[in-house]
Amino acid sequence: MALELNETLQKTIDGLSDNFTDKLIEVYQSSGDTFARIESDALVDVCNYLKDEHHFVFLTDIAGTDRYTSDERFEVIYNLVCLKHQTRLMLKVRCEEESPELTTVSTVWKAANWMEREVYDMYGVRFKGHPDLRRIFLPEDFDYFPLRKEFPLLGIEGSIELPNTTPDTD
Amino acid sequence: MKLSDIQSKVNATFFKEHQKKLYQSLEDKHTTIEQMDDGDPLSSKMILNMGPQHPATHGVIRLVLQLHGETIEKVKLDIGYLHRGVEKIAENKTYQEFMPYTDRMDYLSPYSNNVALCTAVEKIANVEVPERAHYIRMIGCELARISSHLLWLGTMVMDAGAVSFFIWTFKEREKIYDIMDRLAGHRFTVSHSRIGGVANDITDEAMGAIKEFTKSFPNELKDYHKLLDRNRLFFDRNEAVGVLKTKDALDIAAKGPVLRAAGYAYDIRKFAPYARYDEVEFGIPTRLEGDNLARYFVRMEEMSESIRIIRQCIDKLPKGPVRTDNAKQAYPSKDEVYYSMEGMIHDFMMTDTGICPPEGAESYHAVEAPKGELGYFIQSDGTGHPWRMKINAPSFSNLQVLENILDGEMVADTVVIIGGLDPVMGEADK
Amino acid sequence: MGVESALGEGYLTTRVDSLVNWARANAAWPMPMGLACCAIEMMAFAGPKYDAARFGSEVMRFSPRQSDVMIVAGWCTYKMSHAIRRIWDQMPDPKWCIAMGACASTGGMHRCYGVVQGVDNFLPVDTYISGCPPRPDAVLHALMKIQDKIKTEHSVMLDT
Repeated sequence: MALELNETLQKTIDGLSDNFTDKLIEVYQSSGDTFARIESDALVDVCNYLKDEHHFVFLTDIAGTDRYTSDERFEVIYNLVCLKHQTRLMLKVRCEEESPELTTVSTVWKAANWMEREVYDMYGVRFKGHPDLRRIFLPEDFDYFPLRKEFPLLGIEGSIELPNTTPDTD
Repeated sequence: MKLSDIQSKVNATFFKEHQKKLYQSLEDKHTTIEQMDDGDPLSSKMILNMGPQHPATHGVIRLVLQLHGETIEKVKLDIGYLHRGVEKIAENKTYQEFMPYTDRMDYLSPYSNNVALCTAVEKIANVEVPERAHYIRMIGCELARISSHLLWLGTMVMDAGAVSFFIWTFKEREKIYDIMDRLAGHRFTVSHSRIGGVANDITDEAMGAIKEFTKSFPNELKDYHKLLDRNRLFFDRNEAVGVLKTKDALDIAAKGPVLRAAGYAYDIRKFAPYARYDEVEFGIPTRLEGDNLARYFVRMEEMSESIRIIRQCIDKLPKGPVRTDNAKQAYPSKDEVYYSMEGMIHDFMMTDTGICPPEGAESYHAVEAPKGELGYFIQSDGTGHPWRMKINAPSFSNLQVLENILDGEMVADTVVIIGGLDPVMGEADK
Repeated sequence: MGVESALGEGYLTTRVDSLVNWARANAAWPMPMGLACCAIEMMAFAGPKYDAARFGSEVMRFSPRQSDVMIVAGWCTYKMSHAIRRIWDQMPDPKWCIAMGACASTGGMHRCYGVVQGVDNFLPVDTYISGCPPRPDAVLHALMKIQDKIKTEHSVMLDT
């Protein structure tokens, strides 16, 4: 692998490949950022390892993506920052389209709470063990997951109600 | 009154499912087994709804508070009242077409959002930006930072009670609006930054206005310091209020001045410098207490650091073009578009197709917006429209902090704490 | 009545009308429904440079029971629309509505699933202001138009 990693990232990737050899699928770089893809069942273990051993204490963002492929449709990307050594690592996990489910990392970083709720709201990916998995942006009455590629931009007629224009009198 | 009776007492006329789940999650928060006073009409537990429309919430958030007398026992936030699906819109527009949407996200400092998108696209598509554009962007970003902090100051102090402060800070903001008018053509939601540079050069008038501002603003800042820095009332309202402990701050992912007031000197301008921030000297104000007063001091010092940066940029501003010349990456200048055939064709191609980063490329780039780390994660599929654009908004994380620090505070402090965290709902709700 | 027959029918009631309308027009207290970026321009409209107070909008009353004009500033989402309608219902008559900015008038640049394409889908709007965001001068112009509209209202005199 022709990767130009700085010292911390090299140590991190070596540590990951030593401790999680069969769970680490690939490591690559794109436009200067380092991405590491792991198996979804090793997610919490890898996150705990990264937080304890390599000081990735800051979870900046969790992003969901719809790859629109027939297998492993959804991808969730964790944006981790190590303040001590000033580095950033992106961790990727994929899950299936039929009832997509991942384990929550809110036990590792409390910040994951709302971020995972956002991924659930937009894509429908459920998180096992999440303390409060509800929709965050759209009301619970809404039945669709907007950022999936098949949801139309203009929305679906009647999926979310408007107020009625006669004032309600008691 | 048993707490489970709240479901029967709430008579929701719209979004029934949503209201039910919200009150249910409030009940479940920090669930302990407690014996509620049965049948006591003066039982002092109450559920208060600080609804989406409220004079003191900065934008449209809804807080559902469970109160015991004056103390808040638990709080749940309900956001999404300003959600428009900007990330879905981004998948249907070219990168440059998306620029005005970024303005409307953190609408207190539109310039930094523009620069955030531009630098992110420039990173993924490998575009080179001329030197002069970098410095102009820095000047714009720092002016936007001052503008945002001025509005924060005005509204927070107005919420705390001193209404005339709002008028003073707005007077200064009008001066910045005038500068933006001259520089970019619009007072407020400028879309001045372009991919590959900036839209147009600084005219002499605009430069004069900026220099004038850097001379007059520090005196105004001194006045604000004189009024508030030793004010007994201000201290009483803000000291030890809304404390975010240092050990919790990273775990809960506080960003921006909230994190810096809790002790961590994490500033993207020093962590991963963009746009020549590594060539100017400035400090990062940090405090250790983590309360509202610390956030106040951090933001005031950030304003004087911004003036310092603007002065250095004005001195160092090199001569040269303001946009890169590459036709596949940036819009040609208006002269070329009007007077040459190639220019017109390039303009058309840029509007129709836009800049096309390589297929399969992904990148994340963050800037230091006044509210914190504003990042764009872009996944490209080789066309002019992004496959996925995820916006990492600092106000989203800071509102999560709000849910955690508000337990145990007095209800009258809610307003000041929200003001101190400075959330912008356009950004938090995307 | 003797006065009526001498001066023409409806003279007294139209005088009362104009007095009432003059009073209402010059004291139109706005209720700012500041949702998004237009709210910042609305704050500037109430600020020192473009002073709304000299037009009679002395205070921005956040309570719907105490205000006359509701200024909807910013894009209205489906989730928020119910709250806005409820607040509109709570405002006592006579009341007027200004849709400030492109987003409140027609949905603006946000043509997507979350945004109501125009507040007039559920509110009776009197004046629309275009702009994104409109300059505070434009909001003042709209306020003056509302004042003109108020002055032509019939409050006491009945249409026979």
